[in-house]
Amino acid sequence: MTRKGLLIDYDYCSGCMSCVVACKQEHGYPAGKWGIKVEEKVFMDPGKPDTVRIDYIPFPTEFCDLCAARTSKGDEPSCVKHCQAWCMYYGTIQELALLMEDKHRSVLYSR
Amino acid sequence: MAKTEEGVEIHKMGAWSPGPGCHGGCGVEVYVKDGKVIKVEGDKDHPWYNGRLCPRCLAMTQYMYHEDRLKYPLKRVGERGEGKWERISWDEAFDICETRMNELKEKYGPETMVFSQGTGRDVGGMLTLLAYSYGSPNWTMWGLSGHSCFTPQLAGGYVTQGEFTFPDAAQCLKERYKDPEWTPPKVTVSWASTLNRGCVDHYWSGFWFNDLMKQGTKLIVIDPRCTWEATRAALWLQPRPGTDGALALAFLNVIINEDLVDKEFVDKWCYGFDKLAERVQQYPPEWAEEITWVPKEKIIKAARMIGENSPASIEIGRPVEGNPDGTTVIMAIHQIIAITGNLDIPGGNLICRPAYQVTTYPYSTEEVIQLYGEDLHKKLSEKRIGADKYPLVKSFRAWAQEDVLIEAMETDKPYPIRGMWIQANNPLANQAQDTKRHYEAGKKLEFNVVVDTFMTPTAQLLADIVLPAGAFPEKDSVYCIGGPLNVIKKVVQVEECKSDWEIVFTLAKRFNPERVPWKDVKEMLDDRMQPSGYTFDQLAEKGWDLAPKGHPCGSTPYRRYESGLLRKDKKPGFRTPTGRVELYCTSYEKWGLDPLPSYKEITPESPITTPEIWKDYPLIMMTGRRSPVLFHSEHRQIPWLRECDPDPLVEINPDTASEKGIVTGDWVLIEGTMGKFKRKAKVTPIIHPKMIMVPHAWWLPETEGASPNNYGIWDLNCNQTIPMGHQDKSGFGGGPISGMLVRISKA
Repeated sequence: MTRKGLLIDYDYCSGCMSCVVACKQEHGYPAGKWGIKVEEKVFMDPGKPDTVRIDYIPFPTEFCDLCAARTSKGDEPSCVKHCQAWCMYYGTIQELALLMEDKHRSVLYSR
Repeated sequence: MAKTEEGVEIHKMGAWSPGPGCHGGCGVEVYVKDGKVIKVEGDKDHPWYNGRLCPRCLAMTQYMYHEDRLKYPLKRVGERGEGKWERISWDEAFDICETRMNELKEKYGPETMVFSQGTGRDVGGMLTLLAYSYGSPNWTMWGLSGHSCFTPQLAGGYVTQGEFTFPDAAQCLKERYKDPEWTPPKVTVSWASTLNRGCVDHYWSGFWFNDLMKQGTKLIVIDPRCTWEATRAALWLQPRPGTDGALALAFLNVIINEDLVDKEFVDKWCYGFDKLAERVQQYPPEWAEEITWVPKEKIIKAARMIGENSPASIEIGRPVEGNPDGTTVIMAIHQIIAITGNLDIPGGNLICRPAYQVTTYPYSTEEVIQLYGEDLHKKLSEKRIGADKYPLVKSFRAWAQEDVLIEAMETDKPYPIRGMWIQANNPLANQAQDTKRHYEAGKKLEFNVVVDTFMTPTAQLLADIVLPAGAFPEKDSVYCIGGPLNVIKKVVQVEECKSDWEIVFTLAKRFNPERVPWKDVKEMLDDRMQPSGYTFDQLAEKGWDLAPKGHPCGSTPYRRYESGLLRKDKKPGFRTPTGRVELYCTSYEKWGLDPLPSYKEITPESPITTPEIWKDYPLIMMTGRRSPVLFHSEHRQIPWLRECDPDPLVEINPDTASEKGIVTGDWVLIEGTMGKFKRKAKVTPIIHPKMIMVPHAWWLPETEGASPNNYGIWDLNCNQTIPMGHQDKSGFGGGPISGMLVRISKA
């Protein structure tokens, strides 16, 4: 099984947007075309302001090719390399699924 | 320099402004093909950031080759604000600047010319070279009341322990977290410091907090606004804006009364502990709860977490030093760090020096003297605006005091101000408080120059000459603050742009060839890099270096005060008059200021000081939350960045918004007692119901630059509701950048 994917440890994603711009630079995508987009999610238990939690979730779109041109040369995808929170991982789905065991909150994208 | 098979050159260098608009430090790889930058990536071999990179640096190609970049020198041909410009040559531009500035000097004296810088970049070093060569002592950041950005922090550190500090995230060690001498803090405090914005406030990266948390560090967040890190913190305190000083005093009260003090350190290395202990008795947590709105249980818990866990560290964000009594608050926080024994230990707060003592931008009095000599430093105080009024302004570094300066510009007292050189700085969109007042004063001046990368509202409204500056891959320079010594090198030429260094160097040499004895910028950099043992070209080969262990400007051995590495006379101790950390500040005593920390509610408007205004203006306005993609007034025209943070927002609590029938996306009118402006609503529970947050420095480069629109600043600028003239008694620490009272309605 060699299918590849991206694991996001979103306990640590703080919404810095480096993955977004790294992807655009790598692929030359113009404004409006996103290979990966960071969504802000704010949830709380109504009436209990102390329970507010902010999460950021990078979402790879149809225009994400897992940086095929880079990974074929053994480099990491640009988003993974430049992630300032070091919360993105690239690998086979199996490797990444194993990594998830240690993560408090994470999400695995297959491509 | 490496070269790929496709003929792409890969240049390793340090990143700094112009471009990312940052405080620098990162190592990057700049990819160049056919004389053009085609990509910028992080450099994995560089210890500061290990290949990571911020979005602003990743968007460098859009920045450098943007069609709206200033490409050649411009001369104003219409009235100021009319937006009419004519292309001129560099020779003509330099001739005009030289002639007009010399005319002003003859007529009014050299002090008539003010030199205003923005933040970041190495521009402080450049401006001092130009100002002092021309003969003016008035180096400043025009309109920023009490110089409330980093200077109160530097000055507070200077009078307490002789230096400033940052939390130790192993940033001075080549092996970083793997170095056996280093240990992660058990607790670290993010005090009004926005983690996910990277380096935007200081020479310290917010993401190191992430790295520390992954290694087990517990985070305490102090912020009136719920941030991402507040939702990840072990403890979050939500004080009322402007009351950080009360919180710090209550922490001291708990730490001292519960005996959480490092006695050995205090006995051996601190001065005046008993007096401090006596003073803080009047500031128990109950007292602070009433002022700060933070429950006393949380105050006690935070103080215990800091006092009971060693090592612990505190990162101080800009809003803390921007408190009206900013320098006092900073001194109190330094006292917390010192008495808990966390100063200059692994995982504590590191005494921070420029790499190898190489100075490009003078941050301390010592560095001003290092660059310009004792005689000039003394002479600077004779006529410098504010130096006669404020002993700390006179003694620390060499700024002109902004609140006194605007009065001088209006009254011609103590002397007329008639010209301004504005570089890497967009005050009318960004830092100048009471915007119209500054515009009126700037409009009256006889000759103004703006040096920048894009046309700005400030340039449109005030400039006679506009000079185009190069981005960082277009210049030779050096970075030296906070850890590594990085080389920045010119690898491409864009249009006719010149580096900030080249511009000031050329003109400074015309004014005073003796003060600028070097042949060119590179020779000057060689000279300034001498303490490192490298020439510019030697280090350019390598890219960067850290001072080795044992060097007084590294971080190890830790506890440099023990081994005499801090003082000029090589004696153990600190660089203060008593040689100790001054909990009782002898410098303040000498200057007639209170040598111990105290708290007074001195914000011009607040629920406590002006309850009658609070009735009609029932919300506290905070400004200046950071953006990961926009640096102060920059980057609004960069498509990849703007689309990530597209709108001039106001953040409002859902209950507050629903009372006024406001939903996300509505335009909102925000009115204070001084003026009003508009913003687009973002309704979010991260904001306290009695507060709003207004991100600062918004302008719209896509709209008309000529008057009356001026890229929308008069509609959007929150500084129109923030006054000057409420600075601390020390002269530093200032205006209520957060804390003014407002009301909102649907526009």
